[in-house]
Amino acid sequence: MNRRLATGAARRKGYRGMEYETVIGLEVHVELKTESKVFCHSTTGFGGDPNSHVCPVCLGLPGVLPVVNRQVVEWAILLGLAINCRIASFSKFDRKNYYYPDMPKNYQISQYDLPICLGGHLDIEADGVKKRIGITRLHMEEDTGKLVHQGTITTTPYSLVDYNRAGIPLLEIVSEPDMSSPLEARAYAEKLRQIIVYTGVSDGKMEEGSLRCDANVSVRPRGSTRLGTKAEIKNMNSFRALQRALTYEVERQIGVLEEGGRVVQETRTWDEGKGVTLSLRSKEQAHDYRYFPDPDLVPLVIDPAWVEEIRACLPELPEARSARYVEKLGLSAYDAGVLTAEKSLADYFEACLALYPEAKAVANWVMGDLARLLNAAGQSVDQGRVTPERLVGLLQLIDRGEISGKMAKDVLEAMFATGADAVRVVREKGLSQISDEGAILEVIRRVLTENANVVADFRAGKDRALGFLVGQVMKKTRGQANPDAVNRLLRETLQEQG
Amino acid sequence: MVNLLYQKSITELHDLLVRREVSAVEITRSVLERVERVEGTVKAYVTVTAEQALATAEEVDAKLAAGGDMGPLTGIPMAFKDNMCTKGVRTTCSSRILENFVPPYDAAVVEKLAGAPMIGKTNLDEFAMGSSTENSAFFTTSNPWNPDLVPGGSSGGSAAAVASGEAVYALGSDTGGSIRQPASFCGVVGLKPTYGLVSRYGLVAFASSLDQIGPLTRTVTDCAMVLQAIAGPDERDSTCAPGPVPDFNAALTGEVRGLRIGVPREYLAQGVDPRVAGAVGAAIDLLAAMGAEVEETSLPHTSYALPVYYLIAPAEASSNLARYDGVRYGYRAARPEDVVDMFMQTRSEGFGAEVKRRIMLGTYALSAGYYDAYYLKALKVRTLIKRDFDRAFTRYDVLLTPTSPTLPFKKGEKTMDPVAMYLSDICTLAAPLAGIPALSLTCGFVDGLPVGLQLMGPPFGERTILRAAHAYEQKAGHWRRQAEGV
Repeated sequence: MNRRLATGAARRKGYRGMEYETVIGLEVHVELKTESKVFCHSTTGFGGDPNSHVCPVCLGLPGVLPVVNRQVVEWAILLGLAINCRIASFSKFDRKNYYYPDMPKNYQISQYDLPICLGGHLDIEADGVKKRIGITRLHMEEDTGKLVHQGTITTTPYSLVDYNRAGIPLLEIVSEPDMSSPLEARAYAEKLRQIIVYTGVSDGKMEEGSLRCDANVSVRPRGSTRLGTKAEIKNMNSFRALQRALTYEVERQIGVLEEGGRVVQETRTWDEGKGVTLSLRSKEQAHDYRYFPDPDLVPLVIDPAWVEEIRACLPELPEARSARYVEKLGLSAYDAGVLTAEKSLADYFEACLALYPEAKAVANWVMGDLARLLNAAGQSVDQGRVTPERLVGLLQLIDRGEISGKMAKDVLEAMFATGADAVRVVREKGLSQISDEGAILEVIRRVLTENANVVADFRAGKDRALGFLVGQVMKKTRGQANPDAVNRLLRETLQEQG
Repeated sequence: MVNLLYQKSITELHDLLVRREVSAVEITRSVLERVERVEGTVKAYVTVTAEQALATAEEVDAKLAAGGDMGPLTGIPMAFKDNMCTKGVRTTCSSRILENFVPPYDAAVVEKLAGAPMIGKTNLDEFAMGSSTENSAFFTTSNPWNPDLVPGGSSGGSAAAVASGEAVYALGSDTGGSIRQPASFCGVVGLKPTYGLVSRYGLVAFASSLDQIGPLTRTVTDCAMVLQAIAGPDERDSTCAPGPVPDFNAALTGEVRGLRIGVPREYLAQGVDPRVAGAVGAAIDLLAAMGAEVEETSLPHTSYALPVYYLIAPAEASSNLARYDGVRYGYRAARPEDVVDMFMQTRSEGFGAEVKRRIMLGTYALSAGYYDAYYLKALKVRTLIKRDFDRAFTRYDVLLTPTSPTLPFKKGEKTMDPVAMYLSDICTLAAPLAGIPALSLTCGFVDGLPVGLQLMGPPFGERTILRAAHAYEQKAGHWRRQAEGV
């Protein structure tokens, strides 16, 4: 099978037999979770009253000046290193000029021709095929405020502006147009997010806007070396939306070409409800941003020694971590991949492992029952009430034979719901497993007496009868008897009696 | 001659305060009475803050009575150009668009001068764009030597206030000559410091890479004292230079022997009023007689300063002034149809003609397709102008030129001809482009009007130009002459 074809809709046959290739590049905006904003001391906290995280600087009052937050530069370098970029020794800030009410200064401080990081790459896998996606650049900029309309933007009698978000630091990561299918684009975006979260510079939550994705997409006849006319797609608020929007857009562009039309260079917005992209503005209506160096900020001269210091702080990235799980812990590649997909899950796994060094057992519980409960509740592992200590406590109860593996599943559910530890759940529910052989034998004798006919069946060679007797013992002990012990003792007793 | 309190210099008043011969309140009252008497003619102030000034003076007196420390500027009444933010006191930039803007914060220089009774906020050309205060949206300030003439600009209000005794000193801002040209026209001392010596935090930006705050005073000694108070690093201004501030007052030795002075011939070429050239020539002779080594030299890229300035300054201004849109503060058009209409109407109604002209010039210079030919080319030529100075300062300690090619002109004389108005700054544009310090002081009088001399020094060479200016001032004695028009 053709390698490119394997990665989803990389190539598609048109109605007239023409084959098309898809070309996609992504621009990803990441909101950094610094304590303060990028050019002032205002806090970045969310959830406050509108315009409560603001100061004269981020409100763009007359006379104020920006001063760059060192943490932002450091994190830009950190993420740049994580995605294999070269760190510029000389970089500067520029002003991007355009008018919009959510922009306090009517220009955005960004980086134009001398970004802080250049030329990186990410290795992705889509439909089992590995591919390297080039990264053109990573640069720093400030976020805008938010408009709240009364009704729609065209009919609203007035709009309210909240500048809490204005000046929150953003990193923009621009890829090369190296993706040839919506699936690859999604894989790239997910991989990038994974690394962003691993570096700890952002929550990377697409639904909440701390990770935003715009795509440039075009199609061209197969074999053509010239790029087709591209459209820029905005407003995709999940990875699924990204893939859907791009799939739609590729089809739309091919449809236009098939009908003998021409793709127009424009910005389009994804309408999630209708499942279509809609024209937002054409190239002619595009802004002339009149970029020029921001005279209020001095150029950044980045000491290579500082870059090395930051490099030394790079956390273990998902690929390395996954490899370590396979090599050092003996997990399967699949398990290692699942555990390292989210940094929080891998951290949780390792926290458990520190207390209970049985990698396979821990992995099974984390990836199995715990993951199922978390998914159902829509929680991430660090939000859940089952701490590593508590999960390990549960595993230790199983090891000591105080509860069965089957009971443990119920105990975990109760722990998850109530936040109690395993011992308490077991005690309160009276679930403790009966391993006292004397107690079990007593029950067995009672069951055998009460079910003489079944015992007779057993002796007549009906093996199924044993199962019934075991069930009766378990029933009388309300499931708390150790099943292994019940089986063994029941057989022994029947032999003794027979 | 016994000077009235409002006529005295900072040093004189400081001595009187130290000896408890007068109180800060008495000094402030004297200045406020002077304001009451002459402000109707001079019109230096957009806002007079008499109550606040007296309250500050009372605090100072109370502190002094309690044996508190006293800085050299404590209790000395002064004025801020109305483009420096003052918490709770409106800051208009002499523009309709900020007519009712009351800042919630103080500019760095305002903080540094706490303890100085603020008489008020002085008039300027709107957003500091102009050379006469005629671009003020409110009124034109008069020249205290002759009220029919302009005081220069854009810091015309500050210069006129100091010259007429309406403030003992004032702060101005200089982007292309806005401290020095009005200092020259009003017969006071004006210094544009090295870019980065004084924090710009709280100075409403015109052209960020050029703007500097500096003092307007009656003497060079006063100039050194005010500079001492306002200079120094500020973590809120990334372009502010780090490091300690030198002792400017200690540089005033009264001595110029061996000082190497270069006189660039381009500054005394055509367009310079012969009477101005004459006064400057006489000053050169006096300095030479005092032992300075004076030599003619050349700054070959001088003629490019004006076109370079009028590309870079408007380009930055077009972006700096974009924030005045009626959304957050300041003027907003009454009945806009939608948000774009609100932007357009607000800015059309809120800005004056010269501000609009420069916003358009700057927008054009930065536009796609023109950026390289205009803005980028201007940056390159700016570097050439800077190199002229670097080269000159390997041979000379200071460079001497006229401050303005002409004497103060009549109100209305140049308002219809923007280029003629721009030419008024022809001698002062290069220093901000090069980022170097430059000072103007009076070097003579023609027909009862002051003529200004400009001394330029290398970056952070304030000590040298202050020394030269001080020695000359002490010898020539022009500073004693009081403005005669009010």
